[in-house]
Formats: sequence, C-alpha cells, structure tokens
Amino acid sequence: MTRVRIPPTLRAAVGGQREVPAVGTTVGEILDDLTSRFPGLDGQLQFANVYVDGEDIRTLDDLETPVREGATVILLPAMAGG
Amino acid sequence: MTTYRELLGQVKGEIDEIDARAAAPSLEDGTVFLDVRERHEWDEGHIPGAVHVPRGNLESRIETAVPDRGSRIVVYCASGARSAFATKTLEELGYVDVVNLEGGYMEWKRNGFPTVLPQSLGEEQRRRYSRHLLIPEVGEEGQLRLLESRILLIGAGGLGSPASLYLAAAGVGTLGIVDDDAVDETNLQRQIVHSTERLGDSKAESAKRTIEALNPDVTVTTYRERMTSENVDRILGDGWDVIVDGADNFPTRYLLNDASVWHDIPVVHGSIFRFEGQVTVFQPKAGPCYRCLFPTPPPPELAPSCAEGGVLGVLPGVVGSIQATEALKLALGIGDALVGRLLLYDALAASFTEVTLRRDPACPVCGDEPTITEYIDYVEFCAGPRAHA
Repeated sequence: MTRVRIPPTLRAAVGGQREVPAVGTTVGEILDDLTSRFPGLDGQLQFANVYVDGEDIRTLDDLETPVREGATVILLPAMAGG
Repeated sequence: MTTYRELLGQVKGEIDEIDARAAAPSLEDGTVFLDVRERHEWDEGHIPGAVHVPRGNLESRIETAVPDRGSRIVVYCASGARSAFATKTLEELGYVDVVNLEGGYMEWKRNGFPTVLPQSLGEEQRRRYSRHLLIPEVGEEGQLRLLESRILLIGAGGLGSPASLYLAAAGVGTLGIVDDDAVDETNLQRQIVHSTERLGDSKAESAKRTIEALNPDVTVTTYRERMTSENVDRILGDGWDVIVDGADNFPTRYLLNDASVWHDIPVVHGSIFRFEGQVTVFQPKAGPCYRCLFPTPPPPELAPSCAEGGVLGVLPGVVGSIQATEALKLALGIGDALVGRLLLYDALAASFTEVTLRRDPACPVCGDEPTITEYIDYVEFCAGPRAHA
C-alpha cells in the first residue's frame, strides 16, 4: 500500500481527499489502480509530474519506476496562480 | 602597577611585527589585512580588501570574520598600538600566523601604498538597516550590495504584494514592477500592497506609492503593460539581477522562462492555488528551467486560476515571502538557493515538502541542443492541442 498525494486541482475526482492509498509495485500500476477506482482521474494524470520519494520519475524509469512499500508518491501539476 | 607604555612595550615584545614595505606585497597573496580601528576611522579610508572588526568587538566577531585560525593575518590600526594588543589577543584565541603592522595605517599611507575610501551607509540608513547590519552574512557590505541591486517583479498581485514590500523594506535599491491591471475589490483580500482608497488605480502605480512611503531609498520603475514577446526584451534589457515571478497565467510564465534563459537572469518562481503553493529558483545554466519542470502547460480546464478556484488570502503571503527571501539571498550571494529543488507548501496540512528538479538535457530552451531559440506564440501554446480540435 502506498499513499499518493493528490493536488488540489484533482481532488474533486477523488472525493476531496488530499491523500489516497493505492496498490501497485510500479508507478504505472499505482496510477492504473487510482484511475480504476476514481474514473474521474482518467485523462488528467498525464498533466501532473510524478515524484517517488522526492525524485521525478522522468529521471528514473518513468511508469516502470518501482515503488517500495511505504514510499511517498506525489502528483504535481503546474499551477498558474499568482 | 604597570603603565600603558610599559604594557605596550611588554606586548610588543611578545608579538611579531612587520613594516609597511614588507607587508605591501602580501596584498596579493591571500593574506588577511585586519583593520581594528573604529568605524569612523575605517570610513575615512583603509587598506583595499581589508576586513574590519573594531578592537572592541574583536573577540566576539573574529571567528565569523576570519574562521581559519591558520590564516596569515596582518593586523593594523592607526599607528600600531591598538593593533599590537589585538595581535596578542588573536594569538591567545589560537590564531597562529598573526603579525602587527608597524606604524599602522598612517605609515602605510605615508609610503604611498594603496588605500580605498569605502562607500558607506549614511546615519539614517545605519539606523533603518541596523538589524541587517548586525547579521554577519549581511553587514554593511551586504546592505550596500542590496542598495545597488535591481529586482524585477512580474505582477503586483498576490505574490508580488508581499514580495515587493519585503524587498523594499530590505533596501533593494531598484524595483521594477510589471503589471497592466487595475486594483479591484476582489484583490484586497490578499494583495496587501494596495488599499481600499486605490480601487481603480494602476496596480504598478499603487505598489510604487506604497513602496516609496515605506522606504525612500528604493527607486521604483513601473511597466504598466502586459509582458509580451514584443516588449519582454526591452523590459529585461533594462538590466535586472533577479526576477520574481508572480504572474497569474501560463503564457506569461512560459514567455518569462524563455526570456530569462536567453537574458541569463535567475527567476524566483512562485505559484499558488487554494491552500497550496510551489516555490523554486530557476537559475540559467546552474539548474533546470520552467520548461524542464513542466514541458507543456496543462489544458486550461485542469489549471483553474485563483479567480476561478479561489485562494486563501494569506497563502500568497507565505509563498511571496519565501520568494522575497530567495531573491535577497541571490542578490547578497549567500546561502543555498532553491535551485534544483521545489518547495511545496500545503497550508491545510501545515507542511512543507521538497522534491528534486533536474535540468533536462533535451529541454527545447535550456537543453544541450535547443530547438526553440526565439519567442513563440505563448497564448496558442498554452491553449493546448485541444484548442485546435
């Protein structure tokens, strides 16, 4: 079980939660698990950067990046507001 | 009882001394010249590159001023007497290579060796910035540096309000403010540089009035225009040390990114939404740029603005103040800048989280083989592919 931090722009799709648990051993599996349970996320996740324990998965193995038990996964979209 | 003369003679017998002629070549070899005279004497001229620690503060400040106890130090005062005692004190503190300049600054000057007349703060400035002057990392040299600094603020809104106020209070000599908007009632819940009586006024001009009332040392240059591909080179070309990005839309943020990479100016980025803020520093060459972090903007429906989604009024106060802090550090050249790191502030959780950002060698703007080398249509770019569907 991994806890995934949901950014404010995507919270409506997960019932307003700031963090949701997800199952999977790679980033891809975890995101699939999320979209299967929260269909509202479908088509939205590709606009968020994904960090596993503070590291951008683009500098790791992208969706194949392994996620260890207890890791922190952060979804980070760009925000324009100022 | 010991007289002053006897004590001085005794101390001089216990320390090493050097005359001006023998000391002069050391100006070039990394030797520390330590001036232990009073402030007003220092202000009237000193040896170039010398470190100033008045003798009365020697014991408490020397470890910060000269941390390495193995440093070669030439200590001087006006005539070589006070510095003899200072030399002895330094030896007692464990400095192993300290010599006293015989005849002091007067003898140095008489021999025609180089001196400098320092630029210094006026009495009023010394009082205004006294809490900065007390910090070793800032001090008078740092404060003078701030007064010479030029910082450009993109937007005088939620983030620009606290950032401009703190930069002005800190004594940043020149602030530029780019904003084409007017003060609106809905702004006042968070945009603290404006006020109820300024409703309808230009935000740039309103900020300028507040800043000038706060600190007359600050010159404010206003740009009452929206930053575009047409005017960005003119605005950035006015010469800025640091840019604080408090824009409220993606086209301006991507435009600013490209321009700042090409003009080689660091950008302190901040963005906010509801209870969350992001802060980082994009320093060209040293770290990633905004496009390395977010190669493409999200479609507008996934990136609501504060006008659409709302924002807690104090949130930009936290994020804009961190931006001001980073801008001051860059201007002073102190500390570890938030380069290659993004700070995520969650006000509801009361937590700060840090993620690592890396420069993308394939970045179209700051990468090894850039494919974007001139301004594009940023509005179209940010409308996303769906706009064409």
